[in-house]
Amino acid sequence: MHMADALISPAVGATMWTATAGLIAYSSKKIKQAADDRKIPLMGVLGAFIFAAQMINFSIPGTGSSGHLGGGMILAILLGPYAAFLVMASVLIVQALFFGDGGLLALGCNIFNMGFLSCFIAYSLVYRKIVGDKPTQGKIVAGSLAAAIIGLQLGALGVVLETVFSGISELPFRTFLLLMQPIHLAIGIVEGMVTAAVVMFVYQARPEILNAVSSFKPIGRLDLKKVIVGFLLAAIFIGGGLSWFASSHPDGLEWAMFKTSGKAELDSPGQLHTALAAVQDKTAFMPDYGFKNTEAASISEPEVKPVWPAIDLGTSLSGLIGGGLIFLIIFLIGFGFRRREVTT
Amino acid sequence: MNNIGKNYFDIGYMDTLAQGDSWLHQLDPRAKLITTLLFIIAVVSFGKYTIWAFIPFFLYPVFLIAAGGLPGGYLFKKVLLVSPFAILLGIFNPLIDREIILHIGTIGISGGWISFLSVLIRFVLTVIGALLLVALTGFNSVCEALRKLGVPKPFVIQLMFFYRYLFVLTDEAQRMERARALRSFHSGFMKYRTFVSVIGYLLLRTLDRAERIYYAMCCRGFDGQIHRLTSLKSRSRDFSFISVWLILFIVFRIYNIPEALGAWVMGCLG
Amino acid sequence: MGYGVFGMSHHIVEASDLYYTYPDGTMGLNGISFRITHGESVALVGENGAGKSTLLLHLNGYLSAAQGTIRIGDYPVAKKNLDSVRRCVGMVFQNSDDQLFMPTVFDDVAFGPLNLGLEKQDIEQKVVQALETVNALHLKHRPPYRLSQGEKKSVAIATVLAMSPDILVMDEPTSSLDPTSRKRLIGLLKTFKHTKIIATHDLDLAMDVCERTIVLHQGKVTADGPTMELFQDENLLHQSSLEKPLRMQQCPVCAAAKKR
Repeated sequence: MHMADALISPAVGATMWTATAGLIAYSSKKIKQAADDRKIPLMGVLGAFIFAAQMINFSIPGTGSSGHLGGGMILAILLGPYAAFLVMASVLIVQALFFGDGGLLALGCNIFNMGFLSCFIAYSLVYRKIVGDKPTQGKIVAGSLAAAIIGLQLGALGVVLETVFSGISELPFRTFLLLMQPIHLAIGIVEGMVTAAVVMFVYQARPEILNAVSSFKPIGRLDLKKVIVGFLLAAIFIGGGLSWFASSHPDGLEWAMFKTSGKAELDSPGQLHTALAAVQDKTAFMPDYGFKNTEAASISEPEVKPVWPAIDLGTSLSGLIGGGLIFLIIFLIGFGFRRREVTT
Repeated sequence: MNNIGKNYFDIGYMDTLAQGDSWLHQLDPRAKLITTLLFIIAVVSFGKYTIWAFIPFFLYPVFLIAAGGLPGGYLFKKVLLVSPFAILLGIFNPLIDREIILHIGTIGISGGWISFLSVLIRFVLTVIGALLLVALTGFNSVCEALRKLGVPKPFVIQLMFFYRYLFVLTDEAQRMERARALRSFHSGFMKYRTFVSVIGYLLLRTLDRAERIYYAMCCRGFDGQIHRLTSLKSRSRDFSFISVWLILFIVFRIYNIPEALGAWVMGCLG
Repeated sequence: MGYGVFGMSHHIVEASDLYYTYPDGTMGLNGISFRITHGESVALVGENGAGKSTLLLHLNGYLSAAQGTIRIGDYPVAKKNLDSVRRCVGMVFQNSDDQLFMPTVFDDVAFGPLNLGLEKQDIEQKVVQALETVNALHLKHRPPYRLSQGEKKSVAIATVLAMSPDILVMDEPTSSLDPTSRKRLIGLLKTFKHTKIIATHDLDLAMDVCERTIVLHQGKVTADGPTMELFQDENLLHQSSLEKPLRMQQCPVCAAAKKR
C-alpha cells in the first residue's frame, strides 16, 4: 500500500527521505564494491520486469478479488538485499512520477516500507535464515512464504506509524493498526504463495541462477547493525529538528491549535502572524478579518476551550469569495500563457 | 485493451509530452526538480484544516500546464485515477473528528469534513506536481539531474536501464497476457497457476535478456563503468525560475491571500 | 571509417575444427573449419539449431570452444586478447533492443567510443559519422524505445560502426524488418567494405550481399562455396530445411501466364 503525500507531515516525509537516501547511498556503495559488472544491466531489466509483472493480475481463488506480484522479495532472492533495494526504489520512483502513486514527499516512506523492510529485514532475517546456503524446494517455499508475510506486516506497520506520526489523518493508532495488519496478513499470504511459486519455477528451470545468488556472499551479507543505527540517528536528528522548527512556526490556520488548547496562540505568538497583522493593519485590506478579535478572545478567556471564533459565516464566506477570485485570476494567467498543445 | 496496454500507452504518452519544446521543457532539469520539491514541501507544510490558503498554489500547475502546452484534462484525470487511497484514509476524518468548527448559515460543518477536504486538495496538488515534473522534463533528464545533484551513480545507472527496458518488458508482458486472454474463455483475471507460469516465463526471458544486454555491452568495450558525454549547463533563467517560484511559495505560505481578498471584497460591498 | 588501419591479415577469420557443447548437453558445434579473407561477404545459412548463433558467439569470445581455435587476424580468440578481438569484430545482434540500452541514440552510439577512451571531440565526430553512414543522424536525440524496428536496426549498426571494426558480424539482420526497411538495409550493407559474416534465413539477402555462403547442418559445415552455385543445389537446401530464394523459384503467376 502506497503512502500518499497528502497524508504525511513534512517532518515525517523528510525523516523517511533522509533514511532512504542514506540507504540508497549505502547500498550503492556496496554495489560498487562488489563490482559485479553483470549486475548493472540485470538490475535495471529486473526492475522493468517487476514493473511489468505488477500489471498482470490473477484471481485469488474463492474470493473474487485479484492480486499481483509484490516484487521486493523476488528481487532480493535473485539479486541480494542491496541491489534489490535499489531496484525496488526505482520501481517506486517511476510509479510515483508517472502514475502519481504515493507522490514525491511520501516516496521516502514508500521506499522504506516496501523496499527496506522487505529486501533488508524480511529477506535477511527471515528468508536467508530459513533457506541457508543450500536451497531445497521445501526451504525455498517456506522461506518465501514467511518472508513475504513478515515483510508485508512490517510494511503495514510502517504505513500506520507514519500516518499516525503525521497527524493528518484522524485515524487513531489502534483502529488503524487493527484495520491494516489483518488485511496485509491476507495480502502477505497470497504474495508469499506467488513469490514461492515463481521462485520455484525459476529454480526448476534454472537452478544455477538461485545457487549463484546464494553463493554470492559479499553482496548478500548485511551489516544490519550499521544500517539500523544510522537510520535511528537520522530519524532523531531530522525528526527532532523538524518538529521543533514546525512547532516554533505555527500553521497557517490555527484551527488545530485552538482545538487542542486555547493557549496555543498565547504560547507561541508566531511572528509571522504578527507581521501579517501589521501588514493587514497598514493596508486596511480586510477590515473584518478576524485575527485581532481572535487574539482578544483567547487572551480574555485562556482556560475556556473556545469555540473557534474566526470561523464564522464571515470569514468562511470571504474565503470562498477570495478563493473563487484567485482561481479565476490563476486561470486567466494560465490562459494568457497558453501555448498550443503539443501535437505528436 | 487490457490493463497493461493502458499503462504502457500511459507511460508512452507522458514520455511524448516530455519531448515538447516549450521554454519550460528546455529549462535545466535540476531547476524543475528543485522547484517541484519546494512546491510539495510548501503544500504539505500547511495545517490540517487548511483549505483556502491552498488555492493560490494552483497557480503553479495551471501556469506550467498552460506555458508548457500540456493537456490539463489528461493530467487531471490521472490524478483522479489514483485518488482512491487518499479518499480511503481521509474519509475516516469526518467520522472521527465530529466537532463542529464551521457554521454556514444553520449548517454546522465538522472539523473532520474540513480536514478531509484539505487532504483531497493537498493530494491533488502534490500528485499533479510530480506528474508535471515528468511531463515537462522526461525521466532520463530527471535521472541526469539526480546524478548531478549527487545521487550515487550505480543507482542512477540502473534507473536509466530500468526506464529503457520498461517499455520492452511492458510490451512483452502485454503480448503474453494477450495471448493468454485469447485462449482462455472465462472472463476476468488469470487463474493462479497460469499466472505463475506466465510470470515465471517472463522472468526467465528477462534474465536471458539481461545476459544478452550484458554481452552487447561487453562487445562494445564495457569495463564496469558507464560513461556519458551529456552535460548540463544551468543558465540564469534556471535560477530565476527557482527564485520566482520560491518567492511565490513563501508568499502563498505566509499570507492567506484568498481570505484577505474575500474580506476586502466583502468590505467594499458593505 | 577506420578499417584498414591494421594490416590486411587482421581481417582474416579462421576457424579450425571447432567443437562446442552447451552445459545442458545440447550439441552446438561439431567440428567446424573455414577461412574468410579480407573484404569477403559470407552468408551463414542453415536450419534452426544448425549452430549459426553458436558460431557467431565464438567469433568474439563470448563462448569459448571446447576444442579447436578461432583466429581473428593475428590473434587467437582467447581471454587475454578479448579486448582487441572485440574491437576488431563488430557484432550486430538479432534483437536491436538488446543492443540499444542507453537513454538516447547519441549516448548509445557514443557508448563504445567512450569505453575506448577517445577524446570528446573525436567521439562526437565518430558518432555523427556513424549515424550519417546509416542515414540516422536525425534520430540523434531520440530514445531508442521511440524508434521503428528499421530505425533500431540502423542505429544498432551505427553503434558498431562507431567502434571502427574491421569485421562485421550480423545475426538475422532482416528478421524483423518491413520490406522497405529490409531493402534499405541491403542497400546499406552493400556499401560496406568490411569483411562481413551474416547469419540469416533470408536467402535473397544472402544472394544480394554475399558472394560466398557457408551452409551449416547439425553443427557441421555441409557446403561452402559461391552463393549462386549452392542455391541451385536443391538437395543441399532441402537437407538444411531451406528453400531456394524466391527470385530463383519459378514464379507461378508468370509461369501460368506463359502457358496461356
